[in-house]
Amino acid sequence: MNELATTKVETFDCRQAFAETLIELANSDPRIVAVCNDSVGSSNLGQFQKLFPERLINVGIAEQDMVGVSAGLANGGFLPFVCGAAPFLTGRALEQIKVDAAYNALPITLCGMSPGMAYGELGPTHHSIEDLSWLRAIDGLVIIVPADPAQTRAAVRWAANSGVPSYLRIGRTKAPSVTTDDSKAFRFGEANVLRQGRSLTIVATGILVSRALDAADALAKQGIEARVINISTIKPLDEAAIVAAARETGAIVTAEEATTEGGLGAAVAEVVVRHAPVPMRILGVRGFAPTGSASYLLDHFGLSRDGIVSAALELKGQ
Amino acid sequence: MDSRENKSIYEYLFTGEPLPATSGPPSNGAMLGPLPTTIDSDERRDRLRRIATEIRRSVVEMIGRAHAGHIGGDLSATDTLATLFFAVLRVDPQAPRDPKRDRFILSKGHCAAALYSTLALRGFFPTQDLATFMQPLSALNGHPNRRKVPGVEANTGPLGHGLPIGVGSAIASKLSGANWRTFVILGDGELQEGSNWEAAMCAGHRQLDTLTAIVDRNRLQQGARTEDTNRLEPLADKWRAFGWDVVECDGHDHQALFDAFTAPRSGKPVCVIANSIKGKGVSFIEDRVEWHHKVPSPDQVKLALKELA
Repeated sequence: MNELATTKVETFDCRQAFAETLIELANSDPRIVAVCNDSVGSSNLGQFQKLFPERLINVGIAEQDMVGVSAGLANGGFLPFVCGAAPFLTGRALEQIKVDAAYNALPITLCGMSPGMAYGELGPTHHSIEDLSWLRAIDGLVIIVPADPAQTRAAVRWAANSGVPSYLRIGRTKAPSVTTDDSKAFRFGEANVLRQGRSLTIVATGILVSRALDAADALAKQGIEARVINISTIKPLDEAAIVAAARETGAIVTAEEATTEGGLGAAVAEVVVRHAPVPMRILGVRGFAPTGSASYLLDHFGLSRDGIVSAALELKGQ
Repeated sequence: MDSRENKSIYEYLFTGEPLPATSGPPSNGAMLGPLPTTIDSDERRDRLRRIATEIRRSVVEMIGRAHAGHIGGDLSATDTLATLFFAVLRVDPQAPRDPKRDRFILSKGHCAAALYSTLALRGFFPTQDLATFMQPLSALNGHPNRRKVPGVEANTGPLGHGLPIGVGSAIASKLSGANWRTFVILGDGELQEGSNWEAAMCAGHRQLDTLTAIVDRNRLQQGARTEDTNRLEPLADKWRAFGWDVVECDGHDHQALFDAFTAPRSGKPVCVIANSIKGKGVSFIEDRVEWHHKVPSPDQVKLALKELA
C-alpha cells in the first residue's frame, strides 16, 4: 500500500489547461469567443463566462446551430472556439463541420471535449470513438489530439493563430504528463519521438501516449527496444517520422482511444503501405463498447501497457 | 481562374504562402450600379423591374448553356435578390470584404445562377464570367463558393445551413459594435430542415434585430407542393412563436420588398415571407413542380427570352 502510494504518478485531464489558455488568449485578443451547447460546466468554461460574459455564446442544446453560428462569427471577424462533448459536436454537426467550417475555410477551432470512452458507463451514445475517422475524411480540417496539459496549452495557442479550421480533442480521462518543457511540448504537424529504439515503433496519441511509454519500459526488460512516437497532429500527419520509423525499426504498433477503422492507425498504415511496408498492429476500440468505466474499457480493448506489450511481442514473433 | 485555388489548404500552411484572396478585385463589368438612395419610389420600382428582368434573362441563358441548374427557384428569388443588392445592401464590389459590410447569405444555394447574375450585374465580377457557369474548373460552381466568387459570404448547398450562419453574423455585428445588417434567403421547402428552427430560436432569444430571414414562399419543393409534403402553415405563426416579427408580402413587388427590408426594427429579428411564384416570368415554367431543376431546350430558351424582353 505504502509502496503503491509513493510510486503513484500524478495524472491530469486536459480541460483545465484548455480553459486557462483560452482565458489567457481572450485577455489579449478581443476576437476570441467561446461557443457552446449548454456545456459551460462540462467544457470548463465557467471562469471564461465570468470574465467575458458577452463572449460566451451558449446556443443551448443545438449542435448544428452551434457550428453554423460559429461560421457566422468567423465571417464577422471573430475567432470562435466551439466547445461541446465530442460525440455530439462531431456526430450531430458533421455536415456543418464539413461545409460551414472546412469548405468555407474559416478560422474555427472545434473543441471536442471528453472524447473517446471518457464517459465510460454512459455507453456508446456518449462515446466518441468515430470522430477521428469522420473528420480525417474532411479536406482542410486540421486534427490535433494533445496528450497532456502542456500540449493542450500549446495546441490552443496554435489554433488561435492558425487562421484555419481545426479540431482539438480535449481529453477528460486523466493521464500522466508526457512532456516536460512547455516551449517544446507541441509543434504543429511534427511528431515527438519520446523514446528511441530500433526493435519496433509504438505510435500513440492522446492518453495512450503515457501507456505506450510504460509498455516500452516493460518491453525493454525483455530486451526489446521500442521507439515511442507521440502523434499529436493527426492531420496533416508527420509522414517523414512514420516512414523513418518503418524503415529503421521494421514494425509498428499504433494505439488510440478511437475505433480501429479510419483513425490514427489507418493514417499511419496509409503512409506505411505507400512508402515502407512493414508489419503493423492497430490497437483501438472494436465495436460499440460494453458497460464499464473509462479505465475498465481501455483495459478491455487492450489499450493498456499490457495490451500494447502483447501486440508488440506478437509482431516480433515472440 | 487562378490555379492556386485548387490547392489544399495545408499547402498554404506549410509554404507560408497567404491564402488566396477570397474575393478578387472586379476587373470590369458593372452593367448596373446601385440605385441612388435619393431615388423616388416610382423610379426605384421601375429600375428594379428592369434589373430583375436582366437577372432572369441571364439565369435562363446560363442554365440553357450549362444544361443544368435550378431554374424555378432562381426565378422565384430574383426580385428579392435585385431589391437587396441594388437598393438595400451596403456592399461595395470594390471592397467586398469590408469588415462593416452588410452580409447576405443565400441559404438555398442551389439558386446560384440568380446570385451570380445579380453579383455580376452589381459589379462584383465581369458579366462575361457568367458564361462559365458549371463548366469544368469554373469558379461558378452549381453552388456558391466564397473562396472563389467575390460577394459570396458562405458556401451553401445542403439546406438548413444559412440561417445559423446568419445568426452568427448578427451576433458578431452586435459584439463588434459595427451593427451591419444580415439578410438570409431561405427556400420554403428548406424550412423542413430542423437546423433552421434551432437558429430561429436562438435569434429570437437573443433579439437579433439586425437579422432578416426572407422565406422565398413559392410553395413548391423538388418533388411536390410543400403543403402536400410536410406542411409549413401556419408559417407566420411559427416564426412569431420563435420571437420574430413577421412581414408577409408579394415576393415580386419590389416596393413591398424594399419596405419590408428597410422598416424600423422593434428589438426582434424580422422574417419576411415573400409570397412568390416558382419560375416567375416564364409562362411555361411558372408554378410547375417539374421545373425545379428541369433544363429548357434551346427552343424553350428562345421562348423564355422573348417573354423576358
